[in-house]
Amino acid sequence: MPEAAAAETIAVQVQINVNGKLYSRTVEPRMLLVEFLREACDLTGTHVGCDTSYCGACTVLMNGLAVKSCTMFAVQADGSEITTVEGLEKEGKLHPIQKAFGDSYGLQCGYCTPGLMLSAHQLLSENLSPSEKEIRKAIAGNTCRCTGYMNIFKAIEQAARNMKGA
Amino acid sequence: MYPRSFHYHRAGSLDEAVTMLGQLGSGAKVLAGGQSLIPLLKLRFANPEHLVDLNFIPGTSFIKDDSRALRFGAMTRHAEIEHSALARRIAVLHDCAAGIADVQVRNRGTIGGSLAEADPSGDWGNALITLDTSVHCLGPGGTRSVPLKDFIKDAYTTALAHDEVVTEVEVKIPPEGSGGAYVAFKRSAPVYPSASAGVQLTLADDVCQDAAIALGCVGLTAIRATEAETALRGKTLTGNADDPTIAAAAEAARAAADPQPDMRGSAEYKRELVAALVKRAIQIAIRRARGEDVEGAHLYA
Repeated sequence: MPEAAAAETIAVQVQINVNGKLYSRTVEPRMLLVEFLREACDLTGTHVGCDTSYCGACTVLMNGLAVKSCTMFAVQADGSEITTVEGLEKEGKLHPIQKAFGDSYGLQCGYCTPGLMLSAHQLLSENLSPSEKEIRKAIAGNTCRCTGYMNIFKAIEQAARNMKGA
Repeated sequence: MYPRSFHYHRAGSLDEAVTMLGQLGSGAKVLAGGQSLIPLLKLRFANPEHLVDLNFIPGTSFIKDDSRALRFGAMTRHAEIEHSALARRIAVLHDCAAGIADVQVRNRGTIGGSLAEADPSGDWGNALITLDTSVHCLGPGGTRSVPLKDFIKDAYTTALAHDEVVTEVEVKIPPEGSGGAYVAFKRSAPVYPSASAGVQLTLADDVCQDAAIALGCVGLTAIRATEAETALRGKTLTGNADDPTIAAAAEAARAAADPQPDMRGSAEYKRELVAALVKRAIQIAIRRARGEDVEGAHLYA
Protein backbone atom coordinates (compact mmCIF):
# COMPACT_ATOMS: atom_id res chain seq x y z
CA MET A 1 0.00 0.00 0.00
CA PRO A 2 1.15 3.56 -0.70
CA GLU A 3 2.29 5.76 2.15
CA ALA A 4 -0.36 6.36 4.77
CA ALA A 5 0.48 10.05 5.22
CA ALA A 6 -0.38 10.90 1.65
CA ALA A 7 -3.56 8.86 1.92
CA GLU A 8 -4.84 11.02 4.76
CA THR A 9 -4.57 14.22 2.80
CA ILE A 10 -6.17 13.24 -0.46
CA ALA A 11 -8.20 10.12 0.25
CA VAL A 12 -11.65 9.83 -1.29
CA GLN A 13 -14.71 7.83 -0.37
CA VAL A 14 -15.98 5.22 -2.83
CA GLN A 15 -18.90 2.83 -2.89
CA ILE A 16 -18.51 -0.04 -5.28
CA ASN A 17 -20.85 -2.96 -5.69
CA VAL A 18 -18.70 -6.04 -6.11
CA ASN A 19 -20.47 -9.31 -6.88
CA GLY A 20 -23.71 -7.95 -5.41
CA LYS A 21 -22.17 -6.69 -2.18
CA LEU A 22 -21.60 -3.00 -1.49
CA TYR A 23 -18.10 -2.06 -0.39
CA SER A 24 -17.67 1.45 1.08
CA ARG A 25 -14.03 2.31 1.47
CA THR A 26 -11.77 5.31 1.79
CA VAL A 27 -9.04 5.06 -0.80
CA GLU A 28 -6.23 7.03 -2.28
CA PRO A 29 -7.19 8.22 -5.77
CA ARG A 30 -4.17 6.42 -7.17
CA MET A 31 -5.39 3.06 -5.90
CA LEU A 32 -5.96 0.82 -8.91
CA LEU A 33 -9.21 -1.06 -9.16
CA VAL A 34 -7.36 -4.38 -9.08
CA GLU A 35 -5.71 -3.45 -5.77
CA PHE A 36 -9.04 -2.30 -4.40
CA LEU A 37 -10.50 -5.72 -5.19
CA ARG A 38 -7.54 -7.66 -3.85
CA GLU A 39 -6.56 -5.54 -0.83
CA ALA A 40 -9.67 -3.64 0.21
CA CYS A 41 -12.23 -6.35 -0.60
CA ASP A 42 -9.95 -9.35 -0.07
CA LEU A 43 -11.06 -10.81 -3.38
CA THR A 44 -7.84 -12.27 -4.68
CA GLY A 45 -9.30 -14.15 -7.64
CA THR A 46 -8.51 -11.14 -9.84
CA HIS A 47 -4.87 -11.48 -10.74
CA VAL A 48 -2.12 -9.00 -11.48
CA GLY A 49 -0.13 -10.27 -14.43
CA CYS A 50 1.84 -7.73 -16.42
CA ASP A 51 0.52 -4.62 -14.66
CA THR A 52 0.97 -2.75 -17.95
CA SER A 53 -2.44 -3.20 -19.66
CA TYR A 54 -1.19 -6.03 -21.83
CA CYS A 55 -2.04 -9.44 -20.45
CA GLY A 56 -5.66 -9.19 -19.29
CA ALA A 57 -5.17 -11.35 -16.16
CA CYS A 58 -6.83 -8.52 -14.18
CA THR A 59 -9.95 -8.45 -16.37
CA VAL A 60 -13.21 -7.89 -14.49
CA LEU A 61 -16.66 -6.78 -15.61
CA MET A 62 -17.72 -3.22 -14.93
CA ASN A 63 -21.44 -2.85 -15.53
CA GLY A 64 -21.21 -5.99 -17.68
CA LEU A 65 -18.26 -4.89 -19.82
CA ALA A 66 -14.77 -6.38 -19.60
CA VAL A 67 -12.15 -3.93 -18.36
CA LYS A 68 -8.54 -4.24 -17.27
CA SER A 69 -8.68 -3.46 -13.56
CA CYS A 70 -4.96 -2.56 -13.54
CA THR A 71 -5.73 0.29 -15.92
CA MET A 72 -8.52 1.93 -13.93
CA PHE A 73 -8.51 3.71 -10.62
CA ALA A 74 -10.92 2.47 -7.96
CA VAL A 75 -12.45 5.98 -7.83
CA GLN A 76 -13.49 5.57 -11.44
CA ALA A 77 -15.57 2.53 -10.49
CA ASP A 78 -17.41 4.50 -7.80
CA GLY A 79 -21.12 3.68 -8.01
CA SER A 80 -20.65 0.91 -10.54
CA GLU A 81 -21.20 -2.83 -10.45
CA ILE A 82 -18.11 -4.99 -10.66
CA THR A 83 -18.13 -8.72 -11.27
CA THR A 84 -15.01 -10.70 -10.45
CA VAL A 85 -14.43 -14.42 -10.86
CA GLU A 86 -15.73 -14.91 -7.32
CA GLY A 87 -19.09 -13.58 -8.50
CA LEU A 88 -19.59 -16.12 -11.29
CA GLU A 89 -20.56 -19.01 -9.02
CA LYS A 90 -24.15 -18.86 -7.78
CA GLU A 91 -25.34 -20.75 -4.68
CA GLY A 92 -22.45 -23.17 -4.76
CA LYS A 93 -23.01 -23.95 -8.43
CA LEU A 94 -20.33 -23.17 -10.98
CA HIS A 95 -21.23 -20.79 -13.78
CA PRO A 96 -21.49 -22.64 -17.15
CA ILE A 97 -18.33 -20.82 -18.27
CA GLN A 98 -16.42 -22.09 -15.23
CA LYS A 99 -17.77 -25.60 -15.73
CA ALA A 100 -16.79 -25.58 -19.41
CA PHE A 101 -13.26 -24.36 -18.68
CA GLY A 102 -12.88 -27.33 -16.34
CA ASP A 103 -14.53 -29.88 -18.59
CA SER A 104 -12.61 -28.79 -21.69
CA TYR A 105 -9.26 -28.41 -19.93
CA GLY A 106 -9.30 -24.72 -20.84
CA LEU A 107 -6.65 -24.01 -18.25
CA GLN A 108 -3.33 -25.30 -17.05
CA CYS A 109 -1.65 -23.11 -14.44
CA GLY A 110 -4.86 -21.10 -14.07
CA TYR A 111 -3.30 -17.68 -13.67
CA CYS A 112 -5.01 -16.15 -16.70
CA THR A 113 -8.25 -18.08 -16.21
CA PRO A 114 -10.30 -15.58 -14.17
CA GLY A 115 -9.64 -12.86 -16.75
CA LEU A 116 -10.37 -15.17 -19.67
CA MET A 117 -13.65 -16.32 -18.15
CA LEU A 118 -14.80 -12.73 -17.67
CA SER A 119 -13.87 -11.79 -21.24
CA ALA A 120 -15.81 -14.88 -22.34
CA HIS A 121 -18.69 -13.68 -20.16
CA GLN A 122 -19.00 -10.40 -22.03
CA LEU A 123 -18.88 -12.25 -25.37
CA LEU A 124 -21.53 -14.80 -24.39
CA SER A 125 -23.80 -12.20 -22.84
CA GLU A 126 -23.94 -10.56 -26.28
CA ASN A 127 -23.71 -13.61 -28.53
CA LEU A 128 -24.49 -17.25 -27.68
CA SER A 129 -23.44 -18.49 -31.12
CA PRO A 130 -20.00 -17.01 -31.58
CA SER A 131 -17.86 -18.06 -34.54
CA GLU A 132 -14.27 -19.05 -33.89
CA LYS A 133 -13.22 -15.66 -35.28
CA GLU A 134 -15.51 -13.90 -32.81
CA ILE A 135 -14.13 -15.93 -29.92
CA ARG A 136 -10.58 -15.11 -30.97
CA LYS A 137 -11.43 -11.42 -31.14
CA ALA A 138 -13.18 -11.48 -27.77
CA ILE A 139 -10.20 -12.96 -25.95
CA ALA A 140 -7.45 -11.22 -27.93
CA GLY A 141 -6.76 -9.10 -24.85
CA ASN A 142 -6.05 -12.10 -22.62
CA THR A 143 -2.67 -13.75 -22.71
CA CYS A 144 -2.28 -17.44 -21.79
CA ARG A 145 1.22 -18.86 -21.69
CA CYS A 146 0.27 -22.51 -21.05
CA THR A 147 -2.58 -23.81 -23.13
CA GLY A 148 -1.92 -22.60 -26.65
CA TYR A 149 -5.54 -21.37 -26.55
CA MET A 150 -7.12 -24.31 -28.39
CA ASN A 151 -8.82 -25.73 -25.32
CA ILE A 152 -9.89 -22.24 -24.30
CA PHE A 153 -11.73 -21.88 -27.63
CA LYS A 154 -13.32 -25.29 -27.01
CA ALA A 155 -14.32 -24.27 -23.49
CA ILE A 156 -16.02 -21.08 -24.70
CA GLU A 157 -17.80 -22.98 -27.47
CA GLN A 158 -18.97 -25.55 -24.94
CA ALA A 159 -20.10 -22.85 -22.52
CA ALA A 160 -22.08 -21.21 -25.35
CA ARG A 161 -23.79 -24.52 -26.18
CA ASN A 162 -24.63 -25.16 -22.54
CA MET A 163 -25.93 -21.64 -21.94
CA LYS A 164 -28.04 -21.79 -25.11
CA GLY A 165 -29.58 -25.03 -23.94
CA ALA A 166 -30.25 -23.65 -20.46
CA MET B 1 2.90 -0.19 -9.85
CA TYR B 2 1.47 2.97 -8.39
CA PRO B 3 1.45 6.42 -9.91
CA ARG B 4 2.75 9.32 -7.90
CA SER B 5 0.05 10.62 -5.50
CA PHE B 6 -2.40 13.02 -7.06
CA HIS B 7 -5.51 14.91 -6.12
CA TYR B 8 -8.66 13.66 -7.76
CA HIS B 9 -11.37 16.00 -9.05
CA ARG B 10 -14.59 14.67 -10.48
CA ALA B 11 -16.15 17.09 -12.95
CA GLY B 12 -19.94 17.13 -13.12
CA SER B 13 -20.03 19.02 -16.40
CA LEU B 14 -17.63 20.04 -19.14
CA ASP B 15 -17.90 23.66 -17.98
CA GLU B 16 -16.93 22.57 -14.49
CA ALA B 17 -13.98 20.62 -15.90
CA VAL B 18 -12.74 23.77 -17.65
CA THR B 19 -13.14 25.81 -14.44
CA MET B 20 -11.26 23.15 -12.46
CA LEU B 21 -8.43 23.04 -15.00
CA GLY B 22 -8.18 26.84 -14.88
CA GLN B 23 -8.04 26.90 -11.09
CA LEU B 24 -5.63 23.98 -10.74
CA GLY B 25 -3.14 25.32 -13.27
CA SER B 26 -0.65 23.47 -15.41
CA GLY B 27 -0.14 20.68 -12.83
CA ALA B 28 -3.56 19.29 -13.74
CA LYS B 29 -4.31 16.73 -16.40
CA VAL B 30 -7.57 15.42 -17.79
CA LEU B 31 -8.53 11.78 -17.22
CA ALA B 32 -10.74 10.41 -19.99
CA GLY B 33 -10.69 6.68 -20.79
CA GLY B 34 -7.25 6.43 -19.20
CA GLN B 35 -6.01 3.63 -21.43
CA SER B 36 -2.95 5.60 -22.53
CA LEU B 37 -2.69 7.92 -19.54
CA ILE B 38 -2.88 5.42 -16.67
CA PRO B 39 0.00 3.27 -17.98
CA LEU B 40 2.05 6.48 -18.37
CA LEU B 41 1.18 7.47 -14.79
CA LYS B 42 2.08 4.03 -13.47
CA LEU B 43 5.45 4.16 -15.20
CA ARG B 44 5.77 7.71 -13.83
CA PHE B 45 6.45 9.13 -17.26
CA ALA B 46 3.73 11.63 -16.34
CA ASN B 47 3.32 12.92 -12.79
CA PRO B 48 0.40 15.35 -12.63
CA GLU B 49 -0.55 16.80 -9.25
CA HIS B 50 -4.22 16.81 -10.13
CA LEU B 51 -6.44 14.67 -12.31
CA VAL B 52 -9.78 16.00 -13.54
CA ASP B 53 -12.01 13.03 -14.31
CA LEU B 54 -14.48 13.45 -17.19
CA ASN B 55 -15.98 9.96 -16.84
CA PHE B 56 -18.91 11.01 -14.70
CA ILE B 57 -20.14 13.84 -16.94
CA PRO B 58 -23.49 12.95 -18.49
CA GLY B 59 -24.12 13.50 -22.19
CA THR B 60 -20.52 13.32 -23.37
CA SER B 61 -20.85 9.96 -25.09
CA PHE B 62 -22.94 10.05 -28.25
CA ILE B 63 -22.89 9.39 -31.98
CA LYS B 64 -25.05 11.71 -34.08
CA ASP B 65 -25.65 11.91 -37.80
CA ASP B 66 -26.69 15.36 -38.95
CA SER B 67 -26.66 14.15 -42.61
CA ARG B 68 -23.63 16.33 -43.37
CA ALA B 69 -21.35 14.93 -40.71
CA LEU B 70 -21.04 12.31 -38.00
CA ARG B 71 -20.49 13.82 -34.59
CA PHE B 72 -18.93 11.90 -31.71
CA GLY B 73 -19.05 12.99 -28.10
CA ALA B 74 -15.52 13.22 -26.73
CA MET B 75 -16.13 10.43 -24.21
CA THR B 76 -17.57 8.00 -26.76
CA ARG B 77 -15.76 4.71 -26.19
CA HIS B 78 -14.03 2.92 -29.06
CA ALA B 79 -16.38 -0.05 -28.51
CA GLU B 80 -19.45 2.16 -28.93
CA ILE B 81 -18.10 3.31 -32.30
CA GLU B 82 -17.15 -0.26 -33.23
CA HIS B 83 -20.74 -1.42 -32.67
CA SER B 84 -22.45 1.65 -34.12
CA ALA B 85 -24.40 1.20 -37.36
CA LEU B 86 -24.16 4.96 -37.87
CA ALA B 87 -20.37 4.95 -37.68
CA ARG B 88 -20.30 2.35 -40.45
CA ARG B 89 -21.39 5.13 -42.83
CA ILE B 90 -17.71 6.01 -42.91
CA ALA B 91 -15.79 2.74 -43.25
CA VAL B 92 -12.52 4.13 -41.91
CA LEU B 93 -14.21 4.83 -38.56
CA HIS B 94 -15.39 1.26 -38.15
CA ASP B 95 -12.05 -0.17 -39.28
CA CYS B 96 -10.23 1.98 -36.76
CA ALA B 97 -12.56 1.50 -33.80
CA ALA B 98 -12.85 -2.26 -34.22
CA GLY B 99 -9.10 -2.77 -34.32
CA ILE B 100 -7.85 -0.65 -31.46
CA ALA B 101 -6.07 -2.84 -28.92
CA ASP B 102 -8.50 -5.37 -27.41
CA VAL B 103 -12.07 -5.57 -26.10
CA GLN B 104 -11.11 -4.34 -22.63
CA VAL B 105 -9.29 -1.27 -23.92
CA ARG B 106 -12.06 -0.50 -26.43
CA ASN B 107 -14.60 -0.61 -23.60
CA ARG B 108 -12.76 2.19 -21.81
CA GLY B 109 -10.76 4.24 -24.30
CA THR B 110 -12.40 7.27 -25.87
CA ILE B 111 -12.11 9.01 -29.24
CA GLY B 112 -11.63 12.43 -27.62
CA GLY B 113 -9.01 11.13 -25.22
CA SER B 114 -7.10 9.42 -28.00
CA LEU B 115 -6.86 12.65 -30.01
CA ALA B 116 -6.05 14.79 -26.96
CA GLU B 117 -3.27 12.38 -25.93
CA ALA B 118 -1.80 12.55 -29.47
CA ASP B 119 0.27 9.42 -29.01
CA PRO B 120 2.30 8.97 -32.23
CA SER B 121 1.20 5.34 -32.27
CA GLY B 122 -2.46 6.07 -31.53
CA ASP B 123 -4.96 4.99 -34.16
CA TRP B 124 -7.57 7.75 -34.27
CA GLY B 125 -5.26 10.59 -35.27
CA ASN B 126 -4.06 8.67 -38.28
CA ALA B 127 -7.44 7.33 -39.35
CA LEU B 128 -9.27 10.64 -39.01
CA ILE B 129 -6.65 12.75 -40.81
CA THR B 130 -7.76 11.11 -44.08
CA LEU B 131 -11.22 12.63 -43.56
CA ASP B 132 -12.51 16.16 -43.09
CA THR B 133 -12.33 16.09 -39.29
CA SER B 134 -12.60 18.90 -36.79
CA VAL B 135 -12.13 18.81 -33.05
CA HIS B 136 -14.47 20.91 -30.93
CA CYS B 137 -12.82 22.34 -27.86
CA LEU B 138 -14.26 24.10 -24.84
CA GLY B 139 -12.26 26.63 -22.84
CA PRO B 140 -12.99 29.55 -20.53
CA GLY B 141 -13.73 31.75 -23.56
CA GLY B 142 -16.25 29.31 -25.03
CA THR B 143 -16.02 26.75 -27.82
CA ARG B 144 -13.87 26.63 -30.90
CA SER B 145 -13.53 24.16 -33.71
CA VAL B 146 -10.03 23.16 -34.78
CA PRO B 147 -9.33 21.18 -37.97
CA LEU B 148 -7.59 17.94 -36.98
CA LYS B 149 -4.51 18.81 -39.06
CA ASP B 150 -4.02 21.89 -36.86
CA PHE B 151 -5.07 20.15 -33.65
CA ILE B 152 -2.26 17.60 -33.42
CA LYS B 153 0.96 19.63 -33.33
CA ASP B 154 3.58 17.08 -32.38
CA ALA B 155 4.00 13.85 -30.42
CA TYR B 156 1.81 14.16 -27.29
CA THR B 157 1.21 17.81 -28.16
CA THR B 158 -2.04 19.36 -29.31
CA ALA B 159 -3.55 22.80 -29.82
CA LEU B 160 -5.45 22.42 -26.54
CA ALA B 161 -4.66 25.03 -23.89
CA HIS B 162 -4.20 23.56 -20.42
CA ASP B 163 -7.70 24.75 -19.45
CA GLU B 164 -9.41 23.42 -22.58
CA VAL B 165 -11.12 20.07 -23.14
CA VAL B 166 -12.31 18.25 -26.25
CA THR B 167 -16.10 18.12 -26.38
CA GLU B 168 -16.80 16.60 -29.75
CA VAL B 169 -15.18 15.16 -32.86
CA GLU B 170 -16.93 16.01 -36.12
CA VAL B 171 -16.27 13.99 -39.27
CA LYS B 172 -17.77 15.15 -42.58
CA ILE B 173 -19.51 12.45 -44.59
CA PRO B 174 -17.35 11.80 -47.68
CA PRO B 175 -18.94 12.50 -51.08
CA GLU B 176 -20.75 9.94 -53.20
CA GLY B 177 -18.27 7.55 -54.84
CA SER B 178 -15.81 7.83 -51.99
CA GLY B 179 -14.41 4.86 -50.11
CA GLY B 180 -11.81 4.45 -47.45
CA ALA B 181 -9.90 1.94 -45.37
CA TYR B 182 -7.72 1.95 -42.30
CA VAL B 183 -5.28 -0.92 -41.90
CA ALA B 184 -2.84 -1.29 -39.04
CA PHE B 185 -0.36 -4.04 -38.40
CA LYS B 186 0.03 -5.16 -34.80
CA ARG B 187 2.31 -7.80 -33.37
CA SER B 188 -0.50 -8.80 -31.02
CA ALA B 189 -3.89 -7.37 -30.10
CA PRO B 190 -3.11 -5.27 -27.01
CA VAL B 191 -0.11 -3.42 -28.42
CA TYR B 192 0.13 -0.29 -30.50
CA PRO B 193 0.50 -0.91 -34.22
CA SER B 194 3.96 -1.24 -35.75
CA ALA B 195 2.63 0.87 -38.63
CA SER B 196 -0.73 1.84 -40.06
CA ALA B 197 -2.23 3.31 -43.21
CA GLY B 198 -5.40 5.31 -43.69
CA VAL B 199 -6.74 5.87 -47.20
CA GLN B 200 -9.78 7.73 -48.52
CA LEU B 201 -10.40 7.76 -52.28
CA THR B 202 -13.11 9.37 -54.36
CA LEU B 203 -13.66 7.70 -57.72
CA ALA B 204 -15.77 8.51 -60.77
CA ASP B 205 -15.85 5.63 -63.27
CA ASP B 206 -12.70 4.27 -61.63
CA VAL B 207 -10.85 7.56 -62.18
CA CYS B 208 -9.45 8.92 -58.95
CA GLN B 209 -10.91 12.35 -58.26
CA ASP B 210 -9.42 12.81 -54.83
CA ALA B 211 -7.13 10.89 -52.50
CA ALA B 212 -6.01 11.17 -48.92
CA ILE B 213 -3.29 8.85 -47.64
CA ALA B 214 -1.99 8.93 -44.08
CA LEU B 215 0.81 6.94 -42.48
CA GLY B 216 0.76 6.13 -38.78
CA CYS B 217 3.47 5.16 -36.27
CA VAL B 218 6.20 6.17 -38.72
CA GLY B 219 6.67 9.75 -37.53
CA LEU B 220 6.00 12.00 -34.57
CA THR B 221 2.48 12.56 -35.86
CA ALA B 222 0.46 10.97 -38.65
CA ILE B 223 2.10 11.79 -41.99
CA ARG B 224 0.01 12.79 -44.99
CA ALA B 225 1.75 11.14 -47.93
CA THR B 226 0.98 13.96 -50.38
CA GLU B 227 3.13 12.57 -53.20
CA ALA B 228 1.39 9.24 -52.90
CA GLU B 229 -1.93 11.08 -53.17
CA THR B 230 -0.68 12.92 -56.27
CA ALA B 231 0.33 9.58 -57.78
CA LEU B 232 -3.33 8.49 -57.66
CA ARG B 233 -5.23 11.67 -58.58
CA GLY B 234 -6.55 11.70 -62.14
CA LYS B 235 -5.49 8.09 -62.74
CA THR B 236 -7.67 5.13 -63.55
CA LEU B 237 -7.45 2.64 -60.71
CA THR B 238 -8.02 -0.99 -61.57
CA GLY B 239 -7.64 -2.14 -58.01
CA ASN B 240 -5.63 -5.15 -59.15
CA ALA B 241 -2.72 -6.27 -57.02
CA ASP B 242 -0.28 -5.48 -59.84
CA ASP B 243 -1.72 -2.04 -60.67
CA PRO B 244 1.40 0.10 -61.33
CA THR B 245 -0.39 3.26 -60.14
CA ILE B 246 -0.96 1.69 -56.73
CA ALA B 247 2.65 0.49 -56.67
CA ALA B 248 3.79 4.05 -57.40
CA ALA B 249 1.67 5.41 -54.55
CA ALA B 250 3.04 2.78 -52.17
CA GLU B 251 6.58 3.68 -53.23
CA ALA B 252 5.88 7.38 -52.56
CA ALA B 253 4.46 6.43 -49.15
CA ARG B 254 7.61 4.50 -48.33
CA ALA B 255 9.66 7.62 -49.12
CA ALA B 256 7.36 9.84 -47.03
CA ALA B 257 7.63 7.67 -43.92
CA ASP B 258 10.06 8.81 -41.25
CA PRO B 259 10.16 5.87 -38.84
CA GLN B 260 12.28 5.39 -35.76
CA PRO B 261 13.79 1.98 -35.11
CA ASP B 262 12.46 0.49 -31.88
CA MET B 263 11.27 -2.80 -30.41
CA ARG B 264 8.61 -2.99 -33.13
CA GLY B 265 11.20 -3.08 -35.90
CA SER B 266 13.96 -1.33 -37.78
CA ALA B 267 13.33 1.83 -39.77
CA GLU B 268 13.76 -0.07 -43.02
CA TYR B 269 11.28 -2.75 -41.91
CA LYS B 270 8.70 -0.11 -41.01
CA ARG B 271 9.07 1.61 -44.39
CA GLU B 272 8.52 -1.72 -46.11
CA LEU B 273 5.56 -2.45 -43.85
CA VAL B 274 3.87 0.92 -44.30
CA ALA B 275 4.22 0.68 -48.09
CA ALA B 276 2.52 -2.72 -48.03
CA LEU B 277 -0.25 -1.42 -45.77
CA VAL B 278 -0.86 1.55 -48.09
CA LYS B 279 -1.16 -0.83 -51.03
CA ARG B 280 -3.65 -2.98 -49.17
CA ALA B 281 -5.66 -0.02 -47.90
CA ILE B 282 -5.87 1.47 -51.40
CA GLN B 283 -7.18 -1.81 -52.79
CA ILE B 284 -9.87 -2.02 -50.10
CA ALA B 285 -10.74 1.67 -50.54
CA ILE B 286 -11.20 1.22 -54.30
CA ARG B 287 -13.61 -1.67 -53.79
CA ARG B 288 -15.55 0.25 -51.18
CA ALA B 289 -15.69 3.35 -53.40
CA ARG B 290 -17.29 1.12 -56.04
CA GLY B 291 -19.91 0.17 -53.50
CA GLU B 292 -18.61 -3.24 -52.49
CA ASP B 293 -19.04 -4.30 -48.89
CA VAL B 294 -15.53 -5.24 -47.80
CA GLU B 295 -14.76 -6.29 -44.28
CA GLY B 296 -11.51 -4.57 -43.38
CA ALA B 297 -9.56 -5.34 -40.28
CA HIS B 298 -6.39 -4.76 -38.43
CA LEU B 299 -3.72 -7.31 -39.15
CA TYR B 300 -2.04 -9.35 -36.50
CA ALA B 301 1.35 -10.97 -36.64
